[in-house]
Amino acid sequence: MIVIRNGRVIDPSQGIDGVGDVLIEDGKIREVRQRENTESKGEKVKGRRHEKNTEEKVIDASGMIVIPGLVDIHVHLREPGYEYKETIKTGTEAAVRGGITSVCCMPNTSPVNDNSSVTEFIIRKATSEGACRVYPIGAITKGQKGEELAEMSLMREAGCIAFSDDGRPVMDSLMMRRALEYSKTLGVPVISHCEDLALSAGGVMNEGLLSVMLGLRGVPAQAEEVMVARDIALAELTKGKLHIAHVSTAGSVELLRSAKKRGLAAITAETCPHYFSVTEEAVGGYNTNAKVNPPLRGKKDIEAIKSGLHDGTIDVIVTDHAPHHADEKQGEFDLAPSGISGLETSIGLSMRLVDEGVLTLPGLIEKMALNASRIVGIGGGTLRPGSDADVVVLDPAGEYKVEAGGFLSKGKNTPFDGWTLRGRPVMTISLGRIHEWQ
Amino acid sequence: MGLKSKDLVGIKELDAADIELILDTASGFKDVLTRDIKKVPALRGKTTVNLFYEPSTRTRTSFELAAKRLSTDVINVSVSTSSVVKGESLRDTALTIQALGADFIVVRHSCSGVAHFLAKNLDASVVNAGDGTNEHPTQALLDLFTIMEKRHVVRDLDVAIVGDILHSRVAKSNIYALKKLGARVRLIGPPTLVPAFMRELGVDVYTDMDEGLRDADIVMMLRIQMERQGRGFFPSTVEYFRNWGLTAERLAKAKKNALVMHPGPMNRGVEIASDVADGLRSVILEQVTNGLAVRMAVLYLLAGVKG
Repeated sequence: MIVIRNGRVIDPSQGIDGVGDVLIEDGKIREVRQRENTESKGEKVKGRRHEKNTEEKVIDASGMIVIPGLVDIHVHLREPGYEYKETIKTGTEAAVRGGITSVCCMPNTSPVNDNSSVTEFIIRKATSEGACRVYPIGAITKGQKGEELAEMSLMREAGCIAFSDDGRPVMDSLMMRRALEYSKTLGVPVISHCEDLALSAGGVMNEGLLSVMLGLRGVPAQAEEVMVARDIALAELTKGKLHIAHVSTAGSVELLRSAKKRGLAAITAETCPHYFSVTEEAVGGYNTNAKVNPPLRGKKDIEAIKSGLHDGTIDVIVTDHAPHHADEKQGEFDLAPSGISGLETSIGLSMRLVDEGVLTLPGLIEKMALNASRIVGIGGGTLRPGSDADVVVLDPAGEYKVEAGGFLSKGKNTPFDGWTLRGRPVMTISLGRIHEWQ
Repeated sequence: MGLKSKDLVGIKELDAADIELILDTASGFKDVLTRDIKKVPALRGKTTVNLFYEPSTRTRTSFELAAKRLSTDVINVSVSTSSVVKGESLRDTALTIQALGADFIVVRHSCSGVAHFLAKNLDASVVNAGDGTNEHPTQALLDLFTIMEKRHVVRDLDVAIVGDILHSRVAKSNIYALKKLGARVRLIGPPTLVPAFMRELGVDVYTDMDEGLRDADIVMMLRIQMERQGRGFFPSTVEYFRNWGLTAERLAKAKKNALVMHPGPMNRGVEIASDVADGLRSVILEQVTNGLAVRMAVLYLLAGVKG
C-alpha cells in the first residue's frame, strides 16, 4: 500500500480538486480520500479506516499537486530504426521525468509501423524496456506513401490505438476519405498532420517578413489550413473519427471552432507547448533547435491557440516529441531535420497557461491526460478507484532551469534551454515503479 | 575606428558607420588598383580560403584577386553540392580548413545562414560571398561604392531594384545597405517574385515597371534565374521581358542621368536589352572593377579587428 498524503489532488474525471490522500494498492488506485474542508488541516478525512496490516509507504505531498499520470498521444520514440535519436527505453524514461505515463508513438520508424509485426515489436520492446505505457499508432497507408491503405484492422488487433501518416500527410483526398471510412469499424481516430505539400514545398519556417529577412523559404499558414478544411469536410462526409494533429495557426483554430459548432462529425484537435510558448522569432540566428513542422508562427497565432484551448476548440496538449541527434541539428538550417524534444518541458511550459489565466489547473490536467486518453480509448488519465496507479506529484511553486544537456531523452534539441519554468514532477509512479527526484 | 565584428556575414549586421568606413577604405585601394604595381604587402603571411559550395566565376575570381593584391596566400576549395548531403559535415570541413591555418574564410553556399554558422564556430574571419537567398554583402558594398563614385551621396536617392527580389541575396543586401545610408528603395517585379509584404522592409513595391521607374536615380537589374520559369513564378522569358525587361524606352521613364546597374552575369534579352547593357548609362563593368577594391577593403578591415 502506498499513501500519497495531504497533496492537492486534481482528477477531472471525478471532478476532484482538493486536499486529500491517494491510496494505491497492488498497482491500482484504491481510493482518493478528500478532506471535507480544504481549510482544515486536521485529521478530518472522509471515511477514514486505515488497516495497518500490510507494509505501507507514506509519501508526504503537502504543498504539492497530485494528478493522474499525463497522457501524450503524439510522440516519436524512433525505435525501430533510428535508435541513435531515441529508443523506447530512453523516450519513456524522458516521459516519466516529464510526468507522462502513457505515450502514443508515431509510425514513422524504419521500418514504418504499417503492419502488425512492427506493432508487436514495439509493444514487446516497450513491455521489456519501457518506463511507461506505450501505445503504437499505425500508419494510414503502406509505407506512409499515401497510395494503399495499411492493414488497419490487423494492426488494431495487435494494439494500435490510432492511425496516422504523421509527417507525410495523405495528399490524395480520396485516400483520406477511404481511411476515415474504413477506420470507423475499428472505433479509433485517424490523426491528420495537415500540410499541403505543394504549398509548403521547400519551406523551413513560417512565411513572412522574418523568412524573407533570413533568406529562408517560408511555409504559409494556409498550407495547414487548406488541409484542416479538407479533413473537416471529409470527416463530415464520412462521419469518421478525425483528430487534427499539432494545430499551429489562427486560421486552423477558427476552422475547428466552426466545425465543432456545426457538430456534424467527431472531430478533436491537439496543439503542442511550442505553439503557444514561442513565436517564429526563435528561429532568428538560424537556430535549428527552433525548426519544427509545422513551423513556429506569429503572435496572433499564439493568441488564437490560447483562446482555442480556453474555449475547448483544442482538446489536447501533446508534445510531438521529436528527438534528433546533435550532429543533425548542427549545420545548415535548410538541411536540419524538424522537431523539438518536448517530453521533459511539456508540463512546465503548459503550467504557464494557468498563470496567464488561459486554463484552470484542473482544465490543464484534463487536456494533458483525460481528454487524450479518451480520444484514443486507452483508459488512463484518471484516479478512479480500480484504474492503473499512474500518479504524478508536481511541485507547483519551485522554479527550475531547463537544462537540455541533462535531458533523459537522447534528443537535446529544444529552443527552451535555459528557460525558467515551474511545475516540475517530483515523483512519478509508472508501471508500479516509484520515480522520485529532488 | 574599425569594424566591430571579426566577420562580414551580412549588411543587416552592420551600421551606417561600418558601411561608410568600408567604402572610404575601398577608395584608397581603388587608387592602388590604378597603379602600375597593383599589389600591397598589407596582409603578407595571411591565408585566405575561398570555400565555394556553389559554382561561381566572378565572385570567386574577384575575392581571389583582392586577396592576392593584399599579398595573402589564397586557396580555392570548391565543394560540389551533391557532396554536401552525403559527405563531410559543414562544420568538419570548416574546422579542417581552419586547422590548416586559414585567417580568412570566404564562403558561398546555397543554404542561408551558413556564413553565420561558420562565424559562430570558427576563430577565422568569415566573409559571406553569398548564402542562399539571404545576403551577398560585398555585392551591395560594391554597388554602393559605384553609386558614391558617380553621385557622391546616397541619401535621398531613389533606387529601383527590378526582378526576382524574393530569391535575390543581392537585392536583400542592397535594400538593407541603401536604407541604412538614407536612400529610398522601390522594388519592381511580378507579384510572385516581389510579394506585397516586402513593404514591411520599408520600401515601395511596384508591379508596373513604367510606374516604378519614374524619376528613379538608379536602376538595379537582377539576374533572372531561368529555372524559376516553369515553377510557376512567371510563364515565359518572353513575357517577362515584355513586362519587366529594361529597354531604352523604359529607361526613359527614369531620371535623365539614371545609372543602370547589374550584378551579372546578365541574361541579355531577358531582363535587360543589349543596347541598354552596353549603353552610356550602364556602369556594369565599373561595378566589377570596384568589387576588387571593396573586397580588399573588407579583408583589410577584418584583419584589423583581429589585430
